[in-house]
Amino acid sequence: MNTTNKEAHSDIEELLPWHAAGTLNRRDTQRVEQALARDPELARRFAMVREELGETILLNETLGAPSAHAMEKLFAKIDAEPARKPALSLNLSARVAGFFASLSPRTLAWSASAAALAILLQAGLIAGIVIKEKSAGGYETASAPSTDPGVGAFTLIRFAPQASSDDITKFLEANKLQVAAGPMSGGLYKVRVAVTGLPKAELARIVKKLQEDKVVGFIATTE
Amino acid sequence: MQTTSDEVLIARIAGGDRLAMQVLFARHHVRVYRFVLRLVRNEATAEDLISEVFLDVWRQAGKFEGRSAVSTWMLSIARFKALSTLRRKPEQELDEEAAEQIEDHADNPEVALAKKDKAAVLRQALSKLSAEHREIVDLVYYHEKSVEEVAGIVGIPEATVKTRMFYARKKLSELLKEQGIDRGWP
Repeated sequence: MNTTNKEAHSDIEELLPWHAAGTLNRRDTQRVEQALARDPELARRFAMVREELGETILLNETLGAPSAHAMEKLFAKIDAEPARKPALSLNLSARVAGFFASLSPRTLAWSASAAALAILLQAGLIAGIVIKEKSAGGYETASAPSTDPGVGAFTLIRFAPQASSDDITKFLEANKLQVAAGPMSGGLYKVRVAVTGLPKAELARIVKKLQEDKVVGFIATTE
Repeated sequence: MQTTSDEVLIARIAGGDRLAMQVLFARHHVRVYRFVLRLVRNEATAEDLISEVFLDVWRQAGKFEGRSAVSTWMLSIARFKALSTLRRKPEQELDEEAAEQIEDHADNPEVALAKKDKAAVLRQALSKLSAEHREIVDLVYYHEKSVEEVAGIVGIPEATVKTRMFYARKKLSELLKEQGIDRGWP
């Protein structure tokens, strides 16, 4: 074995613990697997690593757990903390994530495809937050009362099942749309396309244009 | 059923949600406790430390930027607090269990093998590693942290993480050899 091969072998050998734990990236995983397939000695050493992994887990599992007082102590300290101000410093994604989580599966149970609708509802929340932040210069939830909830031109949209929340968010932003309500029966959302009323022909033109986007499964005008 | 992600819990905690804090605590406190316990080797100290770790999480949640996994972030806090405690109490005595494990060096290989099977000897050897080596072995094997994550938690370059793990394993082999188990490596 030449020097380069020795170095490569050493490099691969150093990665064995992470390979055993399943925490290598795809590229390194492939490198290690290829090396293991062609090198019986490395494979033997990998078996040792797997033994170490198993016994380390067992050792840690026998360490027990803290008593129930640990949580009591923590919350006693938290109670002694000064009252928390609203978390204005949170970034948008964290706030959106919070909204996602606030939706219990039970609230979505009316649909046979709760998971898909969860994504759509998330998209609505994203849109509401993004648009309202831009317009008001501050944070406001999508569910908060709008100053003019019934004013504008609206469509009903059902998003394509395969559209991700990211796709939908981009679609809403690109077309300056705002989710006004939803999800309604059938997974429909009421989406505002303009803040003022539009002539029927103009609204029909917008609907036709939006229909061409792959994230839109169904679209129709509405009051 | 969908499980709320740690990142979502942190976002809620930043808003003062105590229930989210309870969920996060329930999800992670045992692992954080075990990580700290392996460092400080004292159950009472470890228990005190985890409430401090999670209090920091409560206080700092609004500043969490998601650059690392929440569990990685918490282990970083835990490690800092554990090392700070050890620095404050250099004379801290090891608990009885840890002391017994170290004193087991007195056993000769035959006795050790007679008393325990190979797996038990391996666990015994794992307990005898230095704090530095024990820490990295636990992070990689038990806490399932990547090279990058270990580097972030311990505060060392990724290359050092790999070599430190390598030498920890090498030391493990030496300890096993002392107990009569020759792994033929290194």
